[in-house]
Amino acid sequence: MSDHEYVPKSKFGKWFNDRLPLLSLGNHLADYPTPKNLNYWWTFGGILTFCLIIQIVTGLTLAMHYIAHADFAFESVEHIMRDVNYGWLIRYIHSNGASMFFLAVYIHIFRSLFYGSYKSPREIIWIIGIIIYLLMMAAAFMGYVLPWGQMSFWGATVITNLFSAIPFVGEGIVQWLWGGYSVGNPTLTRFFTLHYLIPFLILGLVALHIWALHVPGNNNPIGIDVKKPSRDTVPFHPYIVIKDGFALLMFMIVFAFFVFYSPNILGHADNYIEANPMVTPAHIVPEWYLLPFYAILRSIPDKLMGVVAMLSAILILAALPWLDTSKIRSAVFRPLYKQFYWILVADVIILGYVGAMPAEGLYLLIARVTTAYYFIHFLMILPILGFKEKTLPVPLSITEPVLGSHPNQSTVKKKENLN
Amino acid sequence: MSEKKTERREFLFTASYAVGAVGVGAVIWPLVDQMNPDASVKALASTEVDVSSVELGKAITVLWRGKPVFIKRRTPEEIVEARAVKMEDLKDPQKDEDRAKDPEWLVMLGVCTHLGCVPLNDKGDYNGWFCPCHGSHYDTSGRIRKGPAPTNMEIPKYEFVNSNTIIIG
Repeated sequence: MSDHEYVPKSKFGKWFNDRLPLLSLGNHLADYPTPKNLNYWWTFGGILTFCLIIQIVTGLTLAMHYIAHADFAFESVEHIMRDVNYGWLIRYIHSNGASMFFLAVYIHIFRSLFYGSYKSPREIIWIIGIIIYLLMMAAAFMGYVLPWGQMSFWGATVITNLFSAIPFVGEGIVQWLWGGYSVGNPTLTRFFTLHYLIPFLILGLVALHIWALHVPGNNNPIGIDVKKPSRDTVPFHPYIVIKDGFALLMFMIVFAFFVFYSPNILGHADNYIEANPMVTPAHIVPEWYLLPFYAILRSIPDKLMGVVAMLSAILILAALPWLDTSKIRSAVFRPLYKQFYWILVADVIILGYVGAMPAEGLYLLIARVTTAYYFIHFLMILPILGFKEKTLPVPLSITEPVLGSHPNQSTVKKKENLN
Repeated sequence: MSEKKTERREFLFTASYAVGAVGVGAVIWPLVDQMNPDASVKALASTEVDVSSVELGKAITVLWRGKPVFIKRRTPEEIVEARAVKMEDLKDPQKDEDRAKDPEWLVMLGVCTHLGCVPLNDKGDYNGWFCPCHGSHYDTSGRIRKGPAPTNMEIPKYEFVNSNTIIIG
């Protein structure tokens, strides 16, 4: 906003902008100098904003027909599916939208891990992102309870019981969460309220996330500091807008595939059975996006320690900027980190897979090994790697390797490696 | 003189903070406490069950406070098995005699103490119950023998009103 003096062209615009500088803000966003080498992994921020808006719009419309009461919730969801005009469409967009949201957020997070986007000076952006991710999980979990099917009910029972692991006060906290002695109507109504609230909290945090991003500017694939504006940057509009728009279109094709061709593939058939407090489904699994953490929970044979490990697995991410001791951001110049990065990706995928399988025999063993590795990666490999690793030479600017008048041997070599 | 003034000021600050903190707490408490079980939930605290139709070796499940309660009429073999267990083999040592007042009738909350699923009857490695969620095994006394659950299944407060009727709660 204070990057340069902006004066609206029209007289009214000038009058308005002097009183509320909205046009300056718009100009700041449109002209914002962005590194010119951003690749498609950088388009997921825009995609995530789109996902949030889709969830809010479809959620608002679903709330016009949904009844948050243990006796009517299941029926009202069926009513939405069968009777409400386009109710099936809106609900399928909302339920698959949650999965798409997590798909995009995982790509976004792993993008940051690869290119070191969490490192100084972007720690606050990263931590706000982790808070958003936590809120997303809370919103998704509570949203999944609302249809009041068997998975809703027992998912809610298992997750709220996690709090009973807390010594002394656990039982009291769980009853406070339930508003009773088990998951029931009071639980449903409060989950509905909070499920409605959280997306707006996320919206506020997204504004802070972007605000914090606009202080240092975007990280970029080679992870060096970029002077802005300079030969290394392009204005956000139209360059990034077009690129983001194209990626969004591709993403929407995938989204549409799920909504129109396999809207239930990511759900569980058991959730089309109404909640029954007397019978637990034979195999309780959370939604796919929570499976890695579920695997960590189950891999520890002690209740309290299982819960502690699961929460630590998420919260450890917030400490990442200080656990990773390397000064080089991008994995492009960190040959060892790059390998460990892909091992971590595989580790998390395996965790997700065993999280969906019964916790016994070989699956349990694999879950334990991968859980241990997850923590070793963050607590041992990353801190040590920063000191031991021999990194590749980093170019001085984004432009240098391409247009530099004095070709720098090392950067030219690096360029060849990249291709 | 000036020292006295500073003391007075500090006292006023401390007093203001204290009153402020009490005020904030008094406002927040109702907002927190409204989430606790309400009067209508607490009012449903006891259930009467007719057990005359339960055959030997069978179990019924009734709902009490929104939770399932297992009422199992145990066979002599099951009772012997439950009573023969050595205390040092138990994760949460408890005598069967303390869990079943009348050895034939085991009345307990059908809620796994791990994360609250309903265990399955006549399953698992100890001929008692098995929780399908995370694999906890319970014996014929409902005591935890294997798996992640920390404690035995809970015994609610109950009473035989006559030989056919139990009041739970």
